[in-house]
Amino acid sequence: MGKSIFENDEALKRELIRCMKCGNCMAVCPVYGTEVKESAVARGKIALGEAYLEGKIRDKDLMNLIYNCLVCKSCMLACPTGVKYDKIILALRHKLAKDLGKPWVKKLAFWALTHPSLFDKGLKAFSKMQGFFLEKRGPKLRAPRAFLRTLGKRFDEYFVLPEFASKSFRDSTPEVVEVSNPQATALFFTGCSINYLYPEIGDDILFVLKKNAIKTLIPKGQNCCGMPVMVHGDIEKAKELAKNNLDLFERINPEYIITGCASCGSALKHEYPMIFEGDQEYETKAKKWAEKVYDITSFLLKVIKLKKPKAELKLKVTYHDPCHLKKSMKVWVEPREILKAIPGVELVEMKKPDACCGSGGSYHLAYADTSLKILQSKMEDVKNTKAEVVATECPACMMQLGEGTQRYKVNAKVKHVISLLAEAYRRES
Amino acid sequence: MLSNAFINACISLLGEENVLTKESELITYSYDATPGIPREIPGAVLFPQTTEQVQGIVKLCRENKVPIYPRGAGTCLSGGPVPLSKGVVISFQRMNKILEIDTDNLTATVQPGVVVATLNAEVAKYGLIYPPDPGSMAVATIGGTVAENAGGLRGLKYGVTKHYVMGMEVVLPTGEVFRFGGKTVKNVTAYDFTGLFVGSEGTLGIITEVILKLIPAPKYRKSMIAFFGTLEDAGQTVTDIIRAHVIPATLEIMDNMTIRTVENFAKVGLPTDAAALLLIEVDGNGKDGVEEEAKKVVEVIQKNKGKYKVAETDQERDNLWAARRAALPALAQVKPATVLEDATVPRTKIVDMLRAIQEIAKKYNLTIGTFGHAGDGNLHPTILVDPMDKDEMARLDKAIDEIFEAALKLGGTLSGEHGIGVAKKKYLKNEIGSSGIEVMKRLKKALDPDNILNPGKLVPMED
Repeated sequence: MGKSIFENDEALKRELIRCMKCGNCMAVCPVYGTEVKESAVARGKIALGEAYLEGKIRDKDLMNLIYNCLVCKSCMLACPTGVKYDKIILALRHKLAKDLGKPWVKKLAFWALTHPSLFDKGLKAFSKMQGFFLEKRGPKLRAPRAFLRTLGKRFDEYFVLPEFASKSFRDSTPEVVEVSNPQATALFFTGCSINYLYPEIGDDILFVLKKNAIKTLIPKGQNCCGMPVMVHGDIEKAKELAKNNLDLFERINPEYIITGCASCGSALKHEYPMIFEGDQEYETKAKKWAEKVYDITSFLLKVIKLKKPKAELKLKVTYHDPCHLKKSMKVWVEPREILKAIPGVELVEMKKPDACCGSGGSYHLAYADTSLKILQSKMEDVKNTKAEVVATECPACMMQLGEGTQRYKVNAKVKHVISLLAEAYRRES
Repeated sequence: MLSNAFINACISLLGEENVLTKESELITYSYDATPGIPREIPGAVLFPQTTEQVQGIVKLCRENKVPIYPRGAGTCLSGGPVPLSKGVVISFQRMNKILEIDTDNLTATVQPGVVVATLNAEVAKYGLIYPPDPGSMAVATIGGTVAENAGGLRGLKYGVTKHYVMGMEVVLPTGEVFRFGGKTVKNVTAYDFTGLFVGSEGTLGIITEVILKLIPAPKYRKSMIAFFGTLEDAGQTVTDIIRAHVIPATLEIMDNMTIRTVENFAKVGLPTDAAALLLIEVDGNGKDGVEEEAKKVVEVIQKNKGKYKVAETDQERDNLWAARRAALPALAQVKPATVLEDATVPRTKIVDMLRAIQEIAKKYNLTIGTFGHAGDGNLHPTILVDPMDKDEMARLDKAIDEIFEAALKLGGTLSGEHGIGVAKKKYLKNEIGSSGIEVMKRLKKALDPDNILNPGKLVPMED
């Protein structure tokens, strides 16, 4: 057995005992705040992990409780002793998946993700026939047809998701986008959501980079960041995906790596070094590339000097902090600075801008009730600002918030921060 | 094991969503924040939302001889809410309404599950505060803090929980509802039941409503930090501040071990050769008064050869407090587990107590960092251990015995604010003697003849 927490029970135990059960995580945990029971919060899950490792628990409900977490990392900011909860929850899920198995739906989805070319072909085929499953619900919005509604609690008349793009972002973009007199070269790590669901955000990011004289590389060889399989405990598959991406970075050797998706950014910056702990070759690579990863707003403000847009965009905007951006990448000033740099934009803060929206990847489907309650309180905060736009920097949050505006009748559009900046630039000409 | 009939009765009383019975859910109610104490997985966890429901639960439990373990947020540091048998845990976290804030009588009437920080956020809207501020206030409940008589950083000037409870509703272990006290500042009717039930650690009655005293929020404050070359200089400073008739809102001390660890961890610019530091904050409603008090404190620090820094802005204040906030996180990095004690001595004996702790650490080869509330003599020796190291854990037990012995010898007490629970029950006789134990047993038997309410806690029935 290796020394990694993902392979070694003793290593996992040593992380678990660092939790002194003070319970401070209860103050910030969105799932606990909704369900008000101890198993919902980090302390409870750590206690369950300890009991499981001691062989004291064989209750089949355990799996259900351990997955009842958004992995938003809010608890980590409130923890007085710095318990590495993100690592613990992945390791626990990894262990449970190994010991007890994974549901077949998840297995299929993960198999697809780790076979990138098949995944790509599958999604393209799906985009052509999505009308069979999903009906149109407005521009670029789809909703499950009536016959699918029995599949999940959440598939009711309010459930919407973005239309699958007929052509993915990477397919419609050259691998190298040149500019005259580039001030830097950056690899744009698109992630799956931008590639397949929100290609227009990809276009906006590319447009903004061009405006700022950045030569952009968009290699077709990049694949899923691995976050979706990782949070389900499939560390082996996550490592496969990560290795592909890291090897690609090695080959291309970009100056910087840019993300427009908080979860991808977090994966590249934090989770890669974590999952490769003890693997000399890839831990070194992961750490090396982690240093070069920036979310698009930090890149524009910290690495280069943002070209301020001149045209006005008269909008009242509120900003939602994606958990993986604020709590994992520790970025919350820059997106706001970008918004404030747009003439005419009035930034109004909502009550708790960094409260999780309740998306959590597949959590929003698997734990629909809790997810929706969390979303509802988020949407109330948005509504109270009377903002016309809720801006954020994570496609998963955008999907959740987008549904929230429909479900809870909030009259605000959901936009990526960079899309607003791009719109301001476009108005100049 | 609880019978199906009992569980079904609970469900019809509370509704299915308010009764937990699955093994994995129950495991998460088998602990609080106290390390190394015996514990048991409860038979069920119940979430009442009304006094009538609590009463119903007590009646059911009495009929079936099922022990009851009342629980707030489970942040206790002495084992108060931890089940010791397959009884029921009553969690009050869903009985959490603020019933009234009376800005003229300066009271708040609340249900037991209201979180201390939530209450403070609400009363802050009216320029008021509820002063008791235990370290767990972001999650701890009013019910739990009243049952444990929790203290906090501001204890020296503002007192502790017992000074803010004006009245209560409790469900007695025999099932009756009992209300006492109220919104009047003065009330000498009958016995002082507040004094009886505050700090009773869930052994005499179940708190279902509390009337709390509020005070106007101080408008001005001034913080400073001071470093001393010797423990004696720091101790003398504490004494001299009080002699100058300044009562700071906070007067915190940190020993050299803690200073070095904090600096190593947080790099906040502390001099690692200092024997001790004091963090002092004075507050009040008049600007001049606060400035005057701050000036007096600075004079005392200078007289005792301390180096100091006064915060002029909120940002600077925050920076000073960063050192105190980092104390526990920093110490926790040294070893896997931290054992936090709260032996308390008269403030004039702080230096003796710090010395005693250092000697005990040396004797048992343990790492102990001490910080705490110097102003009220409430120290927090934090012992850093590895639970997987059996030898170290044995030495830890002996060291804790000696720490309590030292505190009592100096005229102090076993617990300043964490409570007795199960963790310190064995030392109780050393402080209150056989007659004290006898009084406790008589009280317990009188109110809880069946011994169903939090049995095994606080009162050493077996003695």
